[in-house]
Amino acid sequence: MRLIIREDYDEVSGYVANYVKERINQFQPSAERPFVLGLPTGSSPIGTYKKLVELFKAGELSFKNVVTFNMDEYVGLPRDHPESYHSFMWNHLFKHVDIKPENVHILDGNAPDLDEECKKFEADIARVGGIELFLGGIGPDGHIAFNEPGSSLTSRTRVKTLAYETIIANARFFDGDVSKVPKLALTVGVATVMDAREVCITITGAHKSIALAKCIEEGVNHMWTVSAIQMHPKGLVVCDEDATLELHVKTVKYFKSIEHVHHSLIGAENLSLQGGVKQLRAPGSGNARPATPMNGPYE
Amino acid sequence: MAVRPQTDTEGKIVKIINARVLLNHKLTENSYLWFKDSKIIDPQELFFQDHKEPDMVIDAENAIVAPGYLDIQINGAFGIDFADENLPVEDIARNKDVVAKGLLQFGCTSFCPTLVSSAPQVYHKVLPHLRKRLGSVENGAEILGVHIEGPFLNPEKKGAHNEEVLQCAERGMESFDDTYGPALKRDDSIAILTVAPEVKGVLECIPTLAKRGICISMGHSTASVTEAELGVRAGATCITHLFNAMPAFHHRDAGICGLLGSTTLPIPKSQKQHPIPSQSSPSPTNPDPRPFYGLICDGIHVHPNSVRIAYHSHPKGLVLVTDALSSMGLPPGCYHLGDYEVEVNAQNVAYVKGTKTLAGSNITIDRCVQNFRKFTKCSTVEAIEAATLHPAQVLGIEKTKGTLNAGSDADILFLNDDLEIQRVFVRGEEVDLKVN
Repeated sequence: MRLIIREDYDEVSGYVANYVKERINQFQPSAERPFVLGLPTGSSPIGTYKKLVELFKAGELSFKNVVTFNMDEYVGLPRDHPESYHSFMWNHLFKHVDIKPENVHILDGNAPDLDEECKKFEADIARVGGIELFLGGIGPDGHIAFNEPGSSLTSRTRVKTLAYETIIANARFFDGDVSKVPKLALTVGVATVMDAREVCITITGAHKSIALAKCIEEGVNHMWTVSAIQMHPKGLVVCDEDATLELHVKTVKYFKSIEHVHHSLIGAENLSLQGGVKQLRAPGSGNARPATPMNGPYE
Repeated sequence: MAVRPQTDTEGKIVKIINARVLLNHKLTENSYLWFKDSKIIDPQELFFQDHKEPDMVIDAENAIVAPGYLDIQINGAFGIDFADENLPVEDIARNKDVVAKGLLQFGCTSFCPTLVSSAPQVYHKVLPHLRKRLGSVENGAEILGVHIEGPFLNPEKKGAHNEEVLQCAERGMESFDDTYGPALKRDDSIAILTVAPEVKGVLECIPTLAKRGICISMGHSTASVTEAELGVRAGATCITHLFNAMPAFHHRDAGICGLLGSTTLPIPKSQKQHPIPSQSSPSPTNPDPRPFYGLICDGIHVHPNSVRIAYHSHPKGLVLVTDALSSMGLPPGCYHLGDYEVEVNAQNVAYVKGTKTLAGSNITIDRCVQNFRKFTKCSTVEAIEAATLHPAQVLGIEKTKGTLNAGSDADILFLNDDLEIQRVFVRGEEVDLKVN
């Protein structure tokens, strides 16, 4: 697993947005071979979406051949409700960019048969060849999507009852009234996310620090469902300094040192986008870190 | 005066990008506006349900995107006087087209052709040809209905009206119906009626007239504040060109102007055709019981300081009107207004010929908005709403006019920071502003 630590929410958002841009552009998607992206909602990805929109407007990124699958949607909330996840995705991403409407997949919380809707979603993912990169956030209780504590780590897309902590966390979007928050949601399963060829989780803020610590320093545990990422061959966690507050100093130093080693010993030119290393840098080429999208302006 | 569409938007889903859209009483940077056919649409369901993308993208280049202006008091323009009875009928129809098309270049996408006090035969002749009509590039600005200003006015405040045609409502509603003809009973002609509430027989008829769906506005009157409040209680919801053709505000005898300070008027049960509450409203959460008030913002009819005083006492009730007369859009000279000769001098001020009585203005609605913002130092949003949302509320048509909410007619203006007109769309069709 790679853990990238940046200063604050803004730098984290910039890193992830740049990473997504580089991955899509390197992939060179086409209509026959689109880039399949898994997307989250909530406060964590808002900064990332904002920067992706800026990259699109600057002409550096196109969503024309990008297919998206969102993680979840509330059950019973009208699709045009301002707090539905359809509205969220429309306002934060889709209305700004050139994505094709038919390439967007969001679970329908008002489907007549919810189980069928979930099965259909899984089938749609399979039909496009699986998800290339799944972006996600993490709840304060360590959940990924709406896979609340106790969810099977091999679960697939299904209906879930929301945990009390999640309802409280989401009440801020419903005038602070917990009674207005929907109690049920459709969500991708833990395994649905982990089936993606790469998973990138964004974790920012001190209130997520315990969850981050549980998920990467302790065992794979269905009480902290993001911990399943430990079993993924290409897991990437991007977090800010505040989120590391509950990690061991040794853990933080280790992951920071990896980045330093990568850039001084291996060099960005030998480092592939997803962490693969071809060879070491020729000795004597100095300590200068060339600016690349991977290391950006951060130091 | 040919006006051709600039961009062919017919049948297309149009997305305006890079716009500062006026929505929900604020300007949002980097926002978008979508319209299709003649309506502004909500694109979210179009995306998720219909899987539609825009057919055409228009780059607003960071312009302010606002609703088209409404002018609810305009007597004519380009040499044409709506109340001119000496014209053959074909000319009446053609003249309204000339004015309607000419107004588009000033950002006016809807208007109320206004008739000054006239003899009954003028109304009988002219009203059938001034019916409500949808706007388009071909038709010009939308005709929202006629504003009939008189003849049930007070001769002491006749202004530029002909005293000989002013009358009382001796026989109550019969006087009204006989004077205006069958148009008064239909719902496709008359939008606003200006009356003086103290004139004999008028006050008793206001409820009936209001029930017919006509907006009753008070003006050309010497009413005391008490008489004016009775007019509001009877159903009047607007004041015609505040400060003009009424007694000057006096601190002990406030007159119609005093309505802006009323606190005891009954709180309306519904918001329809009443101003939304502001900090100066009698009740901060209920509709404002005080009427709307038209205000001519040419800097001549009302001193800029007076504009500011009125505005701050009742900000949500101010409606910008031009009260333009036939000389608007033309160089200085002599023109008609009803039965009177009017002279426009080099400073573009119009007086009744040989007098110092202001006859009407030569200002255009876009200049009114610019002046208003300058005189009152209000925000850009407030300045634009005084010529869009507020006049639409006067007529109770704010669901289709005066805002950029989904479901409204696609009457759209692109403005620069000086509020100069850059582009105009009337019901989704773009107006070619260069052709004149």
